[in-house]
Amino acid sequence: MKHRKLTVFTSTAVPLPDENIDTDQIIPARFLKATTREGFGENLFRDWRYNPDGTPKTEFVLNNPRYSGEILVVGKNFGCGSSREHAAWALVDYGFKAVVSSFFADIFKGNALNNSLLPIVVPEAFLQKLLTMVQEHPETKITVDLPKQTVSVEGTDLIHGFDINPYKKACLINGYDDIDYLMSLAGDIAAFEKARKQKFL
Amino acid sequence: MKNQPKTIIDKLWDAHVVRQEDGYPAVLFIDAHLVHEVTSPQAFDGLRARGLPVFRTDRTWATMDHNVPTKDQHLPIKELLSRKQVEMLRNNCEAFGVRLYGLGHPWQGIVHVIGPELGITKPGMTIVCGDSHTSTHGAFGAMAFGIGTSEVEQVMASQCILQYKPKTMKIEVNGKLGTGVVSKDIILYIISKLSASGGTGYFVEYAGDTICSLSMEARMTICNMSIEMGARGGLIAPDETTYAYMKGREFMPKGDEWEKAVAYWKTLPTDEGASFDRVETFRAEDIEPMITYGTNPGMGIGISGSIPVPADLPSENDRKSLEKSLKYMGLTPGQRILGQRVDYVFFGSCTNSRIEDFRLAAQILKGRKKAPTVEAYLVPGSYQVMEQAKREGLDRVFAEAGFELRGAGCSACLGMNEDKIPAGKYCVSTSNRNFEGRQGPGARTMLASPLTAAATAIRGVVTDPREFL
Repeated sequence: MKHRKLTVFTSTAVPLPDENIDTDQIIPARFLKATTREGFGENLFRDWRYNPDGTPKTEFVLNNPRYSGEILVVGKNFGCGSSREHAAWALVDYGFKAVVSSFFADIFKGNALNNSLLPIVVPEAFLQKLLTMVQEHPETKITVDLPKQTVSVEGTDLIHGFDINPYKKACLINGYDDIDYLMSLAGDIAAFEKARKQKFL
Repeated sequence: MKNQPKTIIDKLWDAHVVRQEDGYPAVLFIDAHLVHEVTSPQAFDGLRARGLPVFRTDRTWATMDHNVPTKDQHLPIKELLSRKQVEMLRNNCEAFGVRLYGLGHPWQGIVHVIGPELGITKPGMTIVCGDSHTSTHGAFGAMAFGIGTSEVEQVMASQCILQYKPKTMKIEVNGKLGTGVVSKDIILYIISKLSASGGTGYFVEYAGDTICSLSMEARMTICNMSIEMGARGGLIAPDETTYAYMKGREFMPKGDEWEKAVAYWKTLPTDEGASFDRVETFRAEDIEPMITYGTNPGMGIGISGSIPVPADLPSENDRKSLEKSLKYMGLTPGQRILGQRVDYVFFGSCTNSRIEDFRLAAQILKGRKKAPTVEAYLVPGSYQVMEQAKREGLDRVFAEAGFELRGAGCSACLGMNEDKIPAGKYCVSTSNRNFEGRQGPGARTMLASPLTAAATAIRGVVTDPREFL
């Protein structure tokens, strides 16, 4: 599957300072019965976003007209819990291109990268500054520069670098996915299987 | 450096690296791929779109568990979307030649229960599944971890996955467990000490004499919850207990092959002098029956304890998290957890739905009755566990206590089927996650062992199982 390409983008951001947001909050299990990747955005953060009768919970940030954008700024350990890739699909389907936090759960991070959703890890102090700035000034514009690996706030000197594996970076910039790479290794895989002594495994 | 001492984690990793290029993640060969209905449809579609087959059908097994009803399993599934998803798995497995142990098959069950039960799970393997509790299989000395659906597709296409080498952590537990303290309490205790994110970036080896003294089923409960502290996975080195459990199972090597396999498995344990990136040590004597009070599995306390008070916490973020959790749970800071009203009790999930778990529950429930105010789900992890429970007469013990033994599946652990906990109700659950809404929108989950769940079911309030032992 070919993915959208990510390079440099500038956007306002949505602040969600809660820590340990698990994938059951991002997309509850009852919505995992769909068999395609599309349409999960409408149920993103379903139980935080809507009352049981379907009316919006006005206090939740996605229902606050002051906040919008392609960047989600969240508290640490975002995406913990279930491995459901539906969480990444829901964030992408809703319109996010990047999630900024001080710490991501491993499986979520991998799922995000496999769906052109950039998980950006910044130090806790920088994250808190960013959260405060976005909360107090919803018009704050953030620029993500993937080639340079920086996240910065427009009109300020606030800027920070972030790490990304060079292979994954190339995948995101070019819209490649891992199967393209794996399929190119058929010879290596066959050689590995042949050379293996433990046939009982 | 041939003689450099290695951890079991390093040995397993090194034995599966197909290729490692600079700047690239490692290409890791996968020995067993377990598939279920919820995280596979998009992966099968991906293969179709590329015109690819499932590369190694002999390394792929499928079952139905997340989305299946636990009552009337012989009838068509009532809920339309669930039925469609289950039918899609059946069609995909037929089209791609993947073995399926579906509803009605005597090997059907929760993917992490049937893997070990059938002998698919072996020491020295890499095992993946589109489910975070794949770490369960680590109990056998396998490197097992959960993956997303894109990775499910990768494994189907190439039998390989791209991975970054995790850091290693040894968690040692030594000493003698007290009465009424079981493996679920050990892991809830560890997570309460290390936090719900404390293991992120690590692969864990559980060791120490307490761990070594545990049965395979108890070891599975511990490895199962590795992900609840964020760890990539958790494993326990194979030993005689492991071999005794495995021998003769369906997919195990037989005869000479078995002997050869055991000889290899004996080379796997961590070498003397091997170093871990991190070591944590706990004393078994410090652990009492555990229960969670909050909305992540790190929020656990000893059952005789009190709920923490936000003002006592050092950081603003921690105070806010705790306040939010307690508000959701409807619990009061400083409140004793014993005596808290409970409306539901759930026995089941890949954490605690094996025959030993039901034996533990029966030990307390035998000759007693559940409180009339409590509703209960009693859901075995597999068809085989259900049959075994019946052979042992446990179903009668449960029936006399007021419980009904259901069919196998994930059930109220995640509430994808109709087994849900209603909003605002309290459930003591032997499962693995107490996240908001996990067992149904608004449900309030308290995680505990099968012993604590049984004692609580009798009284209708959170009860110390030691009262009955």
